[in-house]
Amino acid sequence: MPELAPDQASEGAPASAIATWFDDGPQPALRALQCTVCGNKVFPPRALICPNPACSSTDFESVHLGRLGTLWSFTDAQYAPPPPYPRTEGPWEPFPLLAVEITDDKMIVLGQAAPGVGLEDLTVGMPMELSVGSLTDGTAVWNWKPAGGTS
Amino acid sequence: MTEAVILGVGMHPWGKWGKPFVTYGITAAQNALADAGISWLDVDFVSGAETVRNGYPGYVSAATFAQALGWNGTRVATSYAACASGATALEAARAQIRSGRSQVALVIGADTTPKGFLAPNAGDRPDDPDWLRFRFLGATNPAFFAMYARRRMALYGDTAQHFAAVRVKSATAGLNNPNARYRKAMTIEEVLASPVVSNPLHLLEICATSDGAAAVILTSEEFARGRREDLVRVAAVSTATPRFPSMNIELPDIASDSAAVVALPSESFRQSLATSAYEEAGVSPSDVDVAEVYDLSSAMELDWYEDLQLCARGDGAKLVESGDTALGGRIPVNPSGGLACFGEAVPAQALAQVCELTWQLRGQASGRQVDGARVGITANQGLFGHGSSVILTR
Repeated sequence: MPELAPDQASEGAPASAIATWFDDGPQPALRALQCTVCGNKVFPPRALICPNPACSSTDFESVHLGRLGTLWSFTDAQYAPPPPYPRTEGPWEPFPLLAVEITDDKMIVLGQAAPGVGLEDLTVGMPMELSVGSLTDGTAVWNWKPAGGTS
Repeated sequence: MTEAVILGVGMHPWGKWGKPFVTYGITAAQNALADAGISWLDVDFVSGAETVRNGYPGYVSAATFAQALGWNGTRVATSYAACASGATALEAARAQIRSGRSQVALVIGADTTPKGFLAPNAGDRPDDPDWLRFRFLGATNPAFFAMYARRRMALYGDTAQHFAAVRVKSATAGLNNPNARYRKAMTIEEVLASPVVSNPLHLLEICATSDGAAAVILTSEEFARGRREDLVRVAAVSTATPRFPSMNIELPDIASDSAAVVALPSESFRQSLATSAYEEAGVSPSDVDVAEVYDLSSAMELDWYEDLQLCARGDGAKLVESGDTALGGRIPVNPSGGLACFGEAVPAQALAQVCELTWQLRGQASGRQVDGARVGITANQGLFGHGSSVILTR
């Protein structure tokens, strides 16, 4: 996999701690660090030393995680989470929260559902893909959605 | 090497009063000292579990309690291990006693908790996974519990009724526990009629946060000799951490390890906590008479049945259906009423489990006694790879 530039966050987007954790575009994908010695991948993409305890490498390269997976589990937030989650005006709108096992990387990554995806659309084990969305304060985040859908 | 034995236990009832945590702790300490039949002046080591929500006095809780009881020159140490803090404090005291450096230790935890969801420390903390999961995912603790619950439904066919039945069982057990905060019988229908917090879990199935305190007087066998007949022995304290790679979503992480390069270990983290306790105590799951487990949610109690190897993986719901884990059943779990009836007072909770099992093994758990209990096990798990399992024997 080709090495990525250190920071491909799009210009003008609100700066955030996670802005460099994923790339938007036709094939949005999460970024990971991959250990150059044992090949283990780490997400979020920051590590001082390889988390494989049998490896002590400190040399990583930036790679993408697989953007396809299966739904490991899911829930929703019927009540507003406390700060620092951004506050919203008006009545609370529950959002689904998903855990997806990325097929190629055997790793589970949490993410909110893409807009328009509700609990009724979800079944554990179904194929999922990564997309990009935003929180109510405009912060760009990664989302999960059923694979091949249009939502 | 001397063994560590429990000479006294004491609690302050769980509730929500908003008083300083020290007030609860002092009550628990005095109750434990009275139960042990000794004086504060006999204590030579105070092992405190830290509370992170009450400022500096909470960070140095052992010294705070020692000062409040009157400086007596005792050595102090304070431990923090999230939900396992009480067990880590117990382990510190046990090591001092077994090494001969201490004869009489006061192990103590107390908390005053805010209302609502537990939240991360204030300020922008982009290097703190606990901050990140709230800021960018809105992933509260109940959301994690709910994902574990949904996973059980998908893998094992558990239903909302199974989870609610766990809550009903806890409510029944806790009815007669004077230290429990919630003492009210309920039905499956009432549980399922409470608001959904994080699908599939309802408000009544998710552990609240509480004020409370628990204390244990741990001594050497020599000191305890002749002081009481019904001594309870601390046969194991397990505080293992996870092994790489873990493919569970552990609080507060937003991603698991990758199992693409290194194969998954043979046991899950939670199961490994119990296995190492069984190995240290030299007992097997079939020897266990009673268990106190960390039911942060109704569904999580079923996970613990399997992690403690009280049944095969996936069979947890059957134990509730059959009544095996109810009072009077084959292997009662959470006769105290558990977190469902207590709510969580983090630094006190693992010690409250030890208090309950001590009363059970002495035959003093009035109204909720497990007949003839000789071996008890606790289990809990907290944030950042902390967890514990303690085995007590008569």
